[in-house]
Amino acid sequence: MSSEKRSVREKVLEHELVPRHELLTKEEALRVLRELGVRPEQLPWIRASDPIAKLLGAKPGDIIRVERKSSTAGVSVAYRFVVVG
Amino acid sequence: MSKPEKVVKGVKFGVLSPEMIRRMSVTAIVTPEVYDENGIPIEGGVMDPRLGVIEPGQRCATCGNTLAQCPGHFGHLELAKPVIHIGYVKHIYMLLKATCRSCNRVKIPEEDVVKYRDLYRRLRERWPQLASSMVEFIRQRASKALECPHCKARQFRVRLEKPATFIEEGGRGKLYPDVIKQWLSNIPSSDLEVLGLDPEVARPEWMIINVLPIPPIAVRPSIVLETGMRAEDDLTHKLVDIIRANEKLKEALNSGAPEIIVEDLWELLQYHVMTFIDNELPGVPVAKRRSGMPLKTLAQRLKGKEGRFRGNLSGKRVDFSARTVISPDPNLDVNEVGVPYEVAMTLTVPEHVTPWNIDRMREYVLNGPYKWPGANYVVDPSGRRLDLRYVKDRKALAEGLKPGYVVERHLVNGDVVLFNRQPSLHRMSIMAHRVRVLPGKTFRLHLAVCPPYNADFDGDEMNLHVPQTVEARAEAEELLLVEKQILSPRYGGPIIGGIQDYISGGYLLTLKTTILTKDQVSDLLATIDYSGEIPEPAILSPVEAWTGKQVFSLLLPEDFNFIGETKLSSGSLKCTSEECFWDTLLIVKKGKILAGTVDKTVIGSQQPKSLMHYLIMEKGVKFGAEFMNKAFKLFLRYIEMVGLTMTLDDIGPKRSALESAVKVIKNSYSEVDKLIEMYRAGQLEPVPGRTLSETLEIRILDVLARARDESGATVVEYMSLANPVYVMARTGARGSGLNITQMSVVLGQQSVRGERIWRGYRGRVLPHYRHGDLSPEARGFVASSFYKGLSPLEVFFHAAGGREGLVDTAVRTSQSGYMQRRLINALQDLYVEYDMSVRSPYGELVQFRYGEDSVDPRKTAFGKAVDIDRIIVKNMGWRMSL
Ligand SMILES: [Mg+2]
Ligand SMILES: [Zn+2]
Ligand SMILES: [Zn+2]
Repeated sequence: MSSEKRSVREKVLEHELVPRHELLTKEEALRVLRELGVRPEQLPWIRASDPIAKLLGAKPGDIIRVERKSSTAGVSVAYRFVVVG
Repeated sequence: MSKPEKVVKGVKFGVLSPEMIRRMSVTAIVTPEVYDENGIPIEGGVMDPRLGVIEPGQRCATCGNTLAQCPGHFGHLELAKPVIHIGYVKHIYMLLKATCRSCNRVKIPEEDVVKYRDLYRRLRERWPQLASSMVEFIRQRASKALECPHCKARQFRVRLEKPATFIEEGGRGKLYPDVIKQWLSNIPSSDLEVLGLDPEVARPEWMIINVLPIPPIAVRPSIVLETGMRAEDDLTHKLVDIIRANEKLKEALNSGAPEIIVEDLWELLQYHVMTFIDNELPGVPVAKRRSGMPLKTLAQRLKGKEGRFRGNLSGKRVDFSARTVISPDPNLDVNEVGVPYEVAMTLTVPEHVTPWNIDRMREYVLNGPYKWPGANYVVDPSGRRLDLRYVKDRKALAEGLKPGYVVERHLVNGDVVLFNRQPSLHRMSIMAHRVRVLPGKTFRLHLAVCPPYNADFDGDEMNLHVPQTVEARAEAEELLLVEKQILSPRYGGPIIGGIQDYISGGYLLTLKTTILTKDQVSDLLATIDYSGEIPEPAILSPVEAWTGKQVFSLLLPEDFNFIGETKLSSGSLKCTSEECFWDTLLIVKKGKILAGTVDKTVIGSQQPKSLMHYLIMEKGVKFGAEFMNKAFKLFLRYIEMVGLTMTLDDIGPKRSALESAVKVIKNSYSEVDKLIEMYRAGQLEPVPGRTLSETLEIRILDVLARARDESGATVVEYMSLANPVYVMARTGARGSGLNITQMSVVLGQQSVRGERIWRGYRGRVLPHYRHGDLSPEARGFVASSFYKGLSPLEVFFHAAGGREGLVDTAVRTSQSGYMQRRLINALQDLYVEYDMSVRSPYGELVQFRYGEDSVDPRKTAFGKAVDIDRIIVKNMGWRMSL
């Protein structure tokens, strides 16, 4: 694949320093909320205008799963609640 | 327990309406006069007796209670003309901008208002954050309208002239408070809701004061000076000013005075009411007392470190606490604190009388408040407190003690107390200690706990608190006791451990050359109350003798293995194998030191992976504390036996060494000269990103720094391992190679902000040099040592460089203190939930797993599940790789 052809979206998502973001389906989201025992707004927030949220096409009310590399834990998983903004 | 009748579900803040102020007032204040000629408060003045009781024994003219019970009562003052409440200027400004000048409605079409109101009500429930940003949007939209959507009136720009003057540009000009009040009171409540106000409790016209509440006397008590003169509180003074200005304005209005006069007096009233609320307003002259001291008015009482919130509510002074200077006591245990008799006889612990302690309690009561160990109070079963200072017959009281009584006894040996040194930056800044009551007037502590408190003895003071309940005592003992804080959660290693003489002592004792006679061994072991067998002597003939390593080994558990490099193992003394000649590799097998010495990397504080660290991890903190008690006493006893000291000669360089050092410096000087020549000739190659002169400075600094290190090394190399200064530096007890260099060879380059010193006269630091002299000595290179002594010019440069360090520390502490405060405010209520997530008290998730890996650094092997290397050493006694 030539680098010219790839979209900005692909380039950004593949960058070393961008942790893996993933939009959850409704069922996954409900399961996560049940496991953590929280209401969605008690999760850390991310604005719908955040570049990564826009790339994923996330709308307010969605939940994004973030997988980060961690020097202590290898991989650490976090969730973000998408809000207006 | 009685059930409370009402439960507080929430608190709502609003603005007092004039009607409300009148309703809660017990009297109108009508005169600026305070006392009559007999000194009796005048009715209708600011000290009206109906505002509350002032003197003890009196009964309140309003509520009939005595001083202790009367809550104080508000009065009120009717202002001749309304004035703006300075605290609400921003809100008023917003409302004037967002509403129509003619019909006073919010400048948004009706249908949108309805829509917004509906959405806002729903948002407020679930999304308070969004609701507030929506309000902000509505405010901005309404402020932009040039024409009212309701009455089509043309709008003018309203400008706020600080502090509290509103001007309608091109319209009516200055808007007077009465006009504004009229405007605000016309805004319909339904419009206010979308602007973020709750009209039920905060109608905007109430933000303009026409009735001023007069606070009760209880919040502004007058004090009687020893001269018999009465001094009034600042608030009272300010209130008198307000009433006076109000009277004058009223007179002017009644007599139909010219408009300018009225306006001036109105302005004055506005000023007084403004400064009554806040006396630190920008652009407003500060109201002062006759002495020139600024008045402390309402806002000043609340604001800042000494204010009501930070000074009296978040933090307050407490009972059962003591503070005094600290001093060291190597004879204490690490867990102990030495408490002076005076303090022990003032602080008390309530102890319930039981059949098992009644004899002891009787003894305390008999001793009374002035003899330690005694008691200060006895509480009988009915709850009556008897002050033992005034009890005539303590013997009878002691006889009469029985279960059910509580004796508030003196602090005694073994009591658990909390000990603290500010700034309390980490959890180890407050630790629990066991009390040792001692003569003297200072708190005494073991030197090993200096690092966690960051304490020294140049006048430091510390605080002591006595827990008053069994729960508090249990918690202190189980969680806060010094030995339970040995391992720091910051890096998992021991923060409590050997320092200074403990390290040099350990080194000297475990030196290969330390041979002890039976008398000496007995002396050493007696200091630690050793009661076991003395081991086989290492040397049998001509006399029996023991090595220091043997003595120290008596403290190690028999199944303990350890291998580690010591601090000494570097440079020419580096050891990499067990057969090393230099004795700088510590080898412990089955609890015996086979080789190596004890130094900072073995028993030092803040040294992870040290012998001390593994001892504590494997044998427990209790063993660790006991080990420190004994080992450190042993080291100090040995250091006393050999005598560790230093003299001037110990830092005096050998002549031959000094000569080669001077040669190194000389060479560097000519190297610098060459650089300067090249610079002047334009032949210097600039470092990328630097100017030519910056390049020169960098090169010169580099040359001189190398010269200092090199010449230092030549001298230090010649130093004997028997030199106490060198021993202290090499073992890590105190000082470094650089310190030795500076003392005996060369002080080196002095710098300010990382540059050679150049400030002073034009082109030169001092008039003793030529203009533009770039040579080392003209720019702060000190070629002398402390041993040799500095020339006057060198002293000047040294002082300039030293000053920077002092300024830096002062600035840094204040900055990091503020950062600490904000961090703690943000983090203090977070907790780890049972699912290992970190949450706020509202259930908000902060971390999904504590520290991402939910690991406590104190309880794991540096974040890993197992420390294979250590397990091998522990069980086999050898290490795979060095
Ligand atoms: Mg100090
Ligand atoms: Zn009263
Ligand atoms: Zn209008």
